[in-house]
Amino acid sequence: MSKSVSQIISDLESGATTSVALVHDCAARIDRLNPDLNAVLSVQRDDALKAAEASDARRKSGKPLSAADGVPILLKDNICATGGPTTCASRVLENYRPPYDATATAKLRAAGVVVLGKTNMDEFAMGSTTEWSAFGMSKNPWKTDHVPGGSSGGSAVAVASGMAPWALGSDTGGSIRQPAGFCGVVGMKPTYGRVSRYGLVAFASSLDQIGPFASNVEDAALLMNLIAGHDGRDSTSADVPPEDCVAELRNGRLAGLRIGRPRQFFDVEGIDDDVRSVTDGTLDILRREGAEIVDVNMPFAEEYSVAAYYVIAAAEASSNLARYDGAHYGYRAKDSANIVEMFSRSRAEGFGAEVKRRVMLGTFALSAETFDAYYVRAQKARTLIKRDYDNALKECDAILAPVAPTPAFPAGEKTGDPVRMYLADVFTLSLNLAGYCGLSLPAGFSKSGLPIGVQLLAGAFGEKGLLQTAWQLESKLGIAGSRTPAVFAR
Amino acid sequence: MSLPKVDHVGEIGEERVRHVALLSRLELTDDEVGRFARELTAVIHHINKLEELDLTGVEPTSHPMPLTNVFRQDVVVPSLPNEAALSNAPEQRDGCFKVPQII
Repeated sequence: MSKSVSQIISDLESGATTSVALVHDCAARIDRLNPDLNAVLSVQRDDALKAAEASDARRKSGKPLSAADGVPILLKDNICATGGPTTCASRVLENYRPPYDATATAKLRAAGVVVLGKTNMDEFAMGSTTEWSAFGMSKNPWKTDHVPGGSSGGSAVAVASGMAPWALGSDTGGSIRQPAGFCGVVGMKPTYGRVSRYGLVAFASSLDQIGPFASNVEDAALLMNLIAGHDGRDSTSADVPPEDCVAELRNGRLAGLRIGRPRQFFDVEGIDDDVRSVTDGTLDILRREGAEIVDVNMPFAEEYSVAAYYVIAAAEASSNLARYDGAHYGYRAKDSANIVEMFSRSRAEGFGAEVKRRVMLGTFALSAETFDAYYVRAQKARTLIKRDYDNALKECDAILAPVAPTPAFPAGEKTGDPVRMYLADVFTLSLNLAGYCGLSLPAGFSKSGLPIGVQLLAGAFGEKGLLQTAWQLESKLGIAGSRTPAVFAR
Repeated sequence: MSLPKVDHVGEIGEERVRHVALLSRLELTDDEVGRFARELTAVIHHINKLEELDLTGVEPTSHPMPLTNVFRQDVVVPSLPNEAALSNAPEQRDGCFKVPQII
């Protein structure tokens, strides 16, 4: 299935296809490709078919719930959905079946969107490659011995290989934008508070945000419209009026737009030549179309975001993951003599290596003797990083940056060296620390044929304008749909 | 164990790893203690970059959006039924979660 969501919607409207046929197509593709790619952890085929039949009946009677009624979707496996497991790709939650839907899931269902299943990820969203999934890594469809990125790698692979026309992920430090870049799809991190986190299994509560994966900007905008909005069940969700990201999507203009080029991001050592030429080429296109490229200064975001992020995210994770104690749900170690032993052994046997590393790091940073030196210092650095964005966005309408220093890299390359793995997140972490919105857009290919994305970043609640700019840039880049991974032909 | 406040940690030794593991409620093997000591030392070595910053007068940011005291109407809605709340329990008895003896 290589059709965009907007094409699928017009096929559903004209009667050229049905939701049942779409679910069958997606499920067949998952059956065919997933044994190799391992992008999908569970498929709720029967429930999806029932939902699809109901959707087709609504269409027939002229009463669809929304334009997207009947379109199938896959959800990252940290977004709760009743009717199947939500595992966070962890042994701890291997048999966990949530008794409620996440707000994002409920909103999709209310619009008639058909939840088909759940996608692979790094355990509890901690990682940049999906290699930390307890159920085996996902593979990059463009080169299956390479990582797809992470932590929402399964969602990126699923969309890139046509297992579903769109998917949801979550982005705590780049976990939507980086796998989107590595797999050649569009991925968006909304502003903190734009999408409810109710039912998103918490990793780092001041950074986490649910967002869309799609094969083009218009489809991402359609999905944003469905999931955004204030929610009384998430006290950190923003009480701001919802914006229609679709109606005026094509009304943006590149001419006269000011695009910020953060000088320090481009000076980072070790940026791959292909990433550099694709990013510079994108700036050339923007310049040619009449945009003004403005050099902006973001020294703290480049130099200190890895250090500040790994303290703050780990601290929040150590606190959030305290709930996995084997008492109420999740994995419990057998035959413990007392309750503390049950806690300590359940967690030791249930968590994988990266989760343990971050829980340890976070607990260290929050310990009484190191709290000021590590946690408070990182929070102050966060202030400086946010200030970098505020200053830069006074001089430009959007910021353009690489997604990662390199395209997708071979599996196993960084798993033995946590610091090297963390440093590869240098271009995505700061946006979450600031709380602002951004997206990753396919912009070119490496000489070896791997996709390369660029990021467009904007301020709080700037999604509508950002998507307009991205749509214009996408049409000038001419990349979307120009090449598909070889698996697509299968 | 209570340790004095410190402004800098250069190395995370095995003793500190065992202390942090206890606070984290993580039972570690001796191998893991050695490995975490090495790995966390490498990570802390990078994080210590933050010491270069002049943070005088800089307020900490704990949350990206300026929200305080978010209230909602106190409306009674049905809660999760007992059966659903217990549906994922590793062990249960008489409508309660069952755990090893606490006291």
